[in-house]
Amino acid sequence: MHTRQIEIECLRYDPERDEAPRWQSWQVPFSDDMSVLQGLQYIKDHLDGSLSFRWSCRMAICGSCGHMLNGEPRLSCQAFLRDYFPAKLRVEPLQHFPILRDLVVDQSAFLDKLASVKPWLIPKPNPAPADEAQRQTPRQMAKYYAYSQCINCLLCYAACPQVGLDSGFTGPAALALLHRYNADSRDAGWDQRREVLNAEQGVWGCTLVGYCSEVCPKGVDPAHAINQNKVNSTLDYFGLLRLMMPRGGDT
Amino acid sequence: MSAGRPAPRAYVRPMRGWWRRNPYFVRYMLREASALWLTAYALTLLWGLWRLSQGPAAYEAWRATLATPLAIGLHAVGLGFVAYHAWTWFRVMPKTLPPLPLPARAITAAGLAATGLLTLLVLAWLR
Repeated sequence: MHTRQIEIECLRYDPERDEAPRWQSWQVPFSDDMSVLQGLQYIKDHLDGSLSFRWSCRMAICGSCGHMLNGEPRLSCQAFLRDYFPAKLRVEPLQHFPILRDLVVDQSAFLDKLASVKPWLIPKPNPAPADEAQRQTPRQMAKYYAYSQCINCLLCYAACPQVGLDSGFTGPAALALLHRYNADSRDAGWDQRREVLNAEQGVWGCTLVGYCSEVCPKGVDPAHAINQNKVNSTLDYFGLLRLMMPRGGDT
Repeated sequence: MSAGRPAPRAYVRPMRGWWRRNPYFVRYMLREASALWLTAYALTLLWGLWRLSQGPAAYEAWRATLATPLAIGLHAVGLGFVAYHAWTWFRVMPKTLPPLPLPARAITAAGLAATGLLTLLVLAWLR
């Protein structure tokens, strides 16, 4: 089955021994249908059991196996070794995150940012009775559906230089999810999310590099979510948004 | 909440030279830098206006300065940067608009076509 060998070079870091990360490479036999994740698993199973990396579903759903592959943020399960052969493949932990060990990064700052946007439906003051359906038309659903596809894989954070330059920047995925809920006709949480959105480290921290939308494996387009909200944020500053959205949050 | 929980000796990579790591970032920096050429050209025109206020001789001297090979060369480079700026500006335009029932490429193409048309109209009017 394994007909060819590819060199996979990983950035390694052992917090108990290393002062700084170092490179280590292996020759990995592969077949045409092997993903980069399977290449890493081959290393762990057959060549070096100490290599640490995150993974779960193997099919671009869980968002766990994001790495820098030759400098590009990608899901390792969605990239194939055959596409990098015969050159060597460099695997690094996602950029702009602290490295905990080998390819494993510290996600805790992102999780705090995610919680800060209140990524859940905040119902209107007088909601429909609990046993009644919350009706939504296909057109209302279309306003947020693409943004609800986010799997929190953090590729967009690794693609965004502003995240690396300012660790306080709320960042692409969290701001896209903020917009996902603000844009939902069942939600009335604009007032509770406006402080995060309007902040200098909210939508205004974005300089529209646009790479976040390029690397998103789910077509979420965070750059679009953020930049259309610069208009909303400006309207809110001048007190005009409330006039345009009498129902609150139903953009 | 996880804030304040220190990661055990986590390694933070430096950002130095970040924009050279990816061709996408190089193009982004060129886009941002092109604004400097736009500023320089606006200042050149303002300088001309100031010279005009000093009389016909001063204005002609300003025009003569712009006719030197160095000035023409700088203008040619400036034109390149301004064209790149316009192209990138319309490329990111779909990201700044509310969702429209149009593909992003159509918005970019329409913007570039409008710019080209307006440029031709101005050139025709100047002749």
